[in-house]
Amino acid sequence: MAERLLEVTNLVKHFPVGHRRTVKAINDVSFHIDRGETLALVGESGSGKTTVGRCILRLIEPTQGRITFAGAQVDTMSADQLRALRPRVQMVFQEPYDSLNPRMRIRKIVEEPIFLAGEMTPAQRHDRVAEVLEMVRLGADAMDKYPHQFSAGEQQRIGIARAIATQPELVVLDEPTSALDVSVRAEILDLLTDLQEDLALSYLLISHDLTAVRRVCHRVAIMYLGKIVERGDSDALFEQPLHPYSRALLSSVLYPDPSEQLSRFLLSGEIPSPIDLPPGCHLHGRCPWAVDTCNDAYPDAEELLPGRQVACFRAREMNALNGDAATGGPSA
Amino acid sequence: MTTLVDGGGPQSRKEAAAAEFRNFLAFARRRPGFIFGLCVVVVTVFLAICGPYIAPYHPERALPGAGLQPPSGQHWMGTDVSGMDVFSRVISAPRIDLAIALSATLIAFVGGVLLGVVSGFYAGARGIPRVASEAIMRGADILQAFPVFIFALALVGFRGPGTENVIVALAFLNIPYFLRVTRGAVFQVRERPFIEAARCAGNKEVRIAFVHVMPNALGPALANVSPGIGFAILLTAALSFVGAGVPKPTPEWGSMISIGAPNMMTGQWWTALFPGLALGITVLGYALVGDGIRDYMDPVNRR
Repeated sequence: MAERLLEVTNLVKHFPVGHRRTVKAINDVSFHIDRGETLALVGESGSGKTTVGRCILRLIEPTQGRITFAGAQVDTMSADQLRALRPRVQMVFQEPYDSLNPRMRIRKIVEEPIFLAGEMTPAQRHDRVAEVLEMVRLGADAMDKYPHQFSAGEQQRIGIARAIATQPELVVLDEPTSALDVSVRAEILDLLTDLQEDLALSYLLISHDLTAVRRVCHRVAIMYLGKIVERGDSDALFEQPLHPYSRALLSSVLYPDPSEQLSRFLLSGEIPSPIDLPPGCHLHGRCPWAVDTCNDAYPDAEELLPGRQVACFRAREMNALNGDAATGGPSA
Repeated sequence: MTTLVDGGGPQSRKEAAAAEFRNFLAFARRRPGFIFGLCVVVVTVFLAICGPYIAPYHPERALPGAGLQPPSGQHWMGTDVSGMDVFSRVISAPRIDLAIALSATLIAFVGGVLLGVVSGFYAGARGIPRVASEAIMRGADILQAFPVFIFALALVGFRGPGTENVIVALAFLNIPYFLRVTRGAVFQVRERPFIEAARCAGNKEVRIAFVHVMPNALGPALANVSPGIGFAILLTAALSFVGAGVPKPTPEWGSMISIGAPNMMTGQWWTALFPGLALGITVLGYALVGDGIRDYMDPVNRR
């Protein structure tokens, strides 16, 4: 069995807003990432996916839950321990330009994580910067320029170069292509997959770009209002989503080949506010399958197909799965 | 989303600087006030360096028997009560006024920016940094709640008159301004994604504050340097006017106005009017330069 690199258990993040109100951004989320694999966290805006990424890196403090990286417990680490961990877990940000300090040359931007890790001489650092810039297919002449002198796609490569400079094991990709032109997206995704193979990286890909997700990731977790509603292997899940929310989300993707298109599955209404979460299943007000039980409790995740967890009372019945299919493999 | 990208073509630094300079000229051309201010700055700096050398008379030596002469070909701005040439003194005064204003503003800038970065960056943090941030702001509140002039008077009164004491007083008075504008800028910068990126890179918080936040939060404070200098010149003159500033007979606009004031009433208007005009024009000029720089740095107002 593949080695567990990251394990997130019962993660909760509530942001206090104003008087005794909280935004419940993440409500009890658990997942894991094996070494060398890509897990995609998918959901619409406000589903809490970005917050999950930030909690893993402790850029924001989780309210509850346990985060374990390569056997070390991240959620209780001190600031010093956390800094020692930084070289091993890196992040690529959504905004290509705004994630680079506008007053620093590329050389310094890419060098900084290596410099702070403190294990290389200046000459070694210089060589390493040249090497990673080469890896992201930028010339060595990029070193002495400033971020604004590059296109958005190039800026994102610089962000990636910075992230891989310290030879990390896990890279959190926070919507790495959503601010880019469609023409550049493919290049960046190809680059990320190539780097993954060459450097044995693991990715947590946070995205709402489902076509991108399908292309690069091994497993998918679909989030809705701070909960993972369904997770499983990418290809199988994309072909046959079992949770009503996943079905609605995936049927909204347009494919160049209409035969790949899932049949339309529509939810009614709008996503509720994460301040006043509906009781019971978060989706029940919008779900065409909803019955009375959905009002009363939030469904536990069940393994309906091997390796496929679905949190829905009616998924088994509505997808016409017989009970035996679920008893296949061990809990993933 | 992020559309700040300028095409991405490689561009040499020299070309970029040249383009920036052309932009600046085009901007200045549409703003007569800004050009006027720039001229004032150039002239005062020139006078601060050369004033005493190009003055027709010694600015601190009284001419025997030549007291209170009206403006004439010989004394363009007349002479004061002790027979010193007003014109020579007016053009010699920027040396001391500007020296005081520049050093006071520089100290206030450095102090205000450093404190502003600390107070802005650690606002809302936990523990000691938060206490420090709050303490800095309350200190600034106290400083600003005091009537400016009384505070300066008290400080100079406490430490005795003298150039250094005027500088210290003015620096203290100006620190809260630089502090507040920097704090405001820090609030914006610290939310930008490259700060999170710096945290991921393994920076300590202190290093993030001073290496990543501060260089990107200097703009508003820099725009306030020029008006700050104008304000400091005005206060220097005011302190000297009440006798708490530069000791006489050093040529200084405020003290000249103070020497000349009694003569105004008896009809010798020139002794106080000319230094007063020089003071007014200088303060106005520095304020206009400050306005111009602020507009220039704001792309929306640049037009």
